[in-house]
Amino acid sequence: MPTRPEKVYYFGTCLIDLCYPQAGMAGIELLRHAGIQVIYPQQQSCCGQPAYNSGFPEEARRVARQQLKAFAKDYPIIVPSGSCGGMLKHHYPKLFADEPEATVAKRFSDRVFELSEFLVRVLDVKLEDRGQPIKVTWHSSCSALREMRVIEYSKSLVRQLKNVEMIELQRERECCGFGGSFSVKQADLSSAMVADKVADIEQTGAALLLSGDCGCLMNIGGALEHRKIPIPVKHVAEFILERAHG
Amino acid sequence: MANPVTVDFPRNFTKALNDGQLRRNLRAAMDTLGLRRRNLFSDPEAFEQLRARGDAIRRRALNKLPQLLEQLERTCTENGIQVHWAETPDEASRICLAIIQRHNATRVIKGKSMVSEEMHLNHFLEGHGIEALETDLGEYIIQLDHETPSHIIVPAIHKNRDQIARLFHEKIPNTPYTEVVEELNAIARQVLREKFFAGEVGVSGVNFAVAETGTLCLVENEGNGRMCTTAPPVHIAVMGLEKVVERLEDVPPLLRLLTGSATGQLITTYFNMITSPRKPDEKDGPKEVHLVLLDNGRTQIWADPELRQTLKCIRCGTCLNHCPVYTRLGGHAYGYVYPGPIGSILTPQLEGLENAGAMATASTFCGACEEVCPVKIPIVDILRRLRVEAYNKADSPHAVKGHGYKVNAAENLTWKGWALSNATPWVNALNARLLGLLGPQLSKLPAPDIVKKWTQSRALPPFASKSLHVLAKEKGIGDE
Ligand code: SF4
Repeated sequence: MPTRPEKVYYFGTCLIDLCYPQAGMAGIELLRHAGIQVIYPQQQSCCGQPAYNSGFPEEARRVARQQLKAFAKDYPIIVPSGSCGGMLKHHYPKLFADEPEATVAKRFSDRVFELSEFLVRVLDVKLEDRGQPIKVTWHSSCSALREMRVIEYSKSLVRQLKNVEMIELQRERECCGFGGSFSVKQADLSSAMVADKVADIEQTGAALLLSGDCGCLMNIGGALEHRKIPIPVKHVAEFILERAHG
Repeated sequence: MANPVTVDFPRNFTKALNDGQLRRNLRAAMDTLGLRRRNLFSDPEAFEQLRARGDAIRRRALNKLPQLLEQLERTCTENGIQVHWAETPDEASRICLAIIQRHNATRVIKGKSMVSEEMHLNHFLEGHGIEALETDLGEYIIQLDHETPSHIIVPAIHKNRDQIARLFHEKIPNTPYTEVVEELNAIARQVLREKFFAGEVGVSGVNFAVAETGTLCLVENEGNGRMCTTAPPVHIAVMGLEKVVERLEDVPPLLRLLTGSATGQLITTYFNMITSPRKPDEKDGPKEVHLVLLDNGRTQIWADPELRQTLKCIRCGTCLNHCPVYTRLGGHAYGYVYPGPIGSILTPQLEGLENAGAMATASTFCGACEEVCPVKIPIVDILRRLRVEAYNKADSPHAVKGHGYKVNAAENLTWKGWALSNATPWVNALNARLLGLLGPQLSKLPAPDIVKKWTQSRALPPFASKSLHVLAKEKGIGDE
């Protein structure tokens, strides 16, 4: 872990950019509240994972190169997603292993941190809860859990909020069935998986579902809405910002 | 494999997903197996150390595979075990048949062996008038019902107790209906015992073959493996050629990983080490022991350093137990011998991508399999590689069979367009604007197929009127 920097880069992710910009802004605000100057390179786009996981590494590399360019300076790169963070941190070195950018990509990857881990381990943020009592439940994205291994940091932030009761899912470690293109290429399987996830969420009696990954939230939130189950979903950064600084 | 070459994956998947009983049976069984494993490997650090050893042992064995196989042939031969090489499943079956016919045998008793499934040995022998009787309880159950294994360790896992009770009652003459586990076990034991004595040749699999000593190791719980390998005068062991390990001391850690991962057992009830046929001064054991080593495309897999890792597998089955896809489908929906995560990386390589490539798409890359794999096979990386190969037309010595089968102009163009947009900031910004403007109207437009598939169980994503790029700029967040 780096020491506390003055400035950080923020990689917003393409999904947040298009569908959940308020979650993205919340991450930026949390960093700023902790006294950090945030740089949001306007030249950024997507981490390249959609193509990378679909069998199109050449196209993934093309997009990844753009990120290497956009985040060229030596600042830490903060990502409000375990999935995109995992791509940037663990797969860029493989993607560029045989390319001229191998060293650049490796150095880039070393600078990547998932937002909640950075808030906890580097910035040691302390949160004061100003919200009403609420019961929430938590969904761990597979990449945050197994690749970035940051779930404990995300949850520890939520646990700092004294009016928030967090009820765990029965099958917290099980995938929600999103999997990017899997959700449409294997639509029946994906639907079966998200149906089980929704049932698990319902049985907690929670009023809100939190997660650190908007891909899962789009999948689970979409399924909840489709079934007209009145449990909203929220990115953990947005939730924390509202409770502590709202 | 002499499998039906075209497996209708979508049909199989839909059928399995709609089978509520199957899903309940699987869920219950997988939960039990997973829990047992967790209880045994309760110390994560100790498990990591152990599996690092397992990984190293398997890597070392594969790195020296050609030498070790030669050594194994030598040591086995010195021990009196007759070694046979088979390039294809069919060849392996013919070797077995020749041995059986040489002894004028018509009845074979079998212990559990996935390689024999790969060979479709029972079916083959039947075609030559030879009856092959499965003696493992699970295998016996599915043989009664004319099914194939749905799991590599627990072949009848898709059936629950009631279904087995009904099956016994219907298929075994003079069997009253009972759901009492002990009684069901007793019925099976009675039937199987009679069969052991009727067997003229015993066939088994091999879990590990030790090159140093020429020893065949067989792990089992029921004692049927021991019966099959000792009671008949002839024993034929069939094995995939990747199962060789270098030294005897490699076996204990692997055994520990295998039993712990498979069933959460510290050790199985039986562990057989077969080093020779009956010696002149010995009173029991088979007079002949044969080892049939099957390649079936393994050499080709071995040639590629990344794909080679597939061959580290010790067939513990725990990746199946932890897989959210397998848990919902069961093994039969995959259509081939090896289901689940290991099946999804192995089968397309054995059968060709054009036949089994779809298996590699049936994964969210959640990584639950990798997390538990006792020999650290990078299952997700290999799945991703297979997806790449599906679109890769270029011929290289390491290309997977059937590579390039999915190449199509439409998908190519889509990804090219996607890459252009995401590598060109102004196009990307324009796209975001358009999506933001169109977003609320999207549900009113005629939906393309991919949108229909998404909305079959989910609401559309909420495209924002202002992207994060725009919001950040408006808020004066620095751009450098
Ligand atoms: S891939 Fe790993 S977990 Fe799966 S059966 Fe093989 S050894 Fe076991």
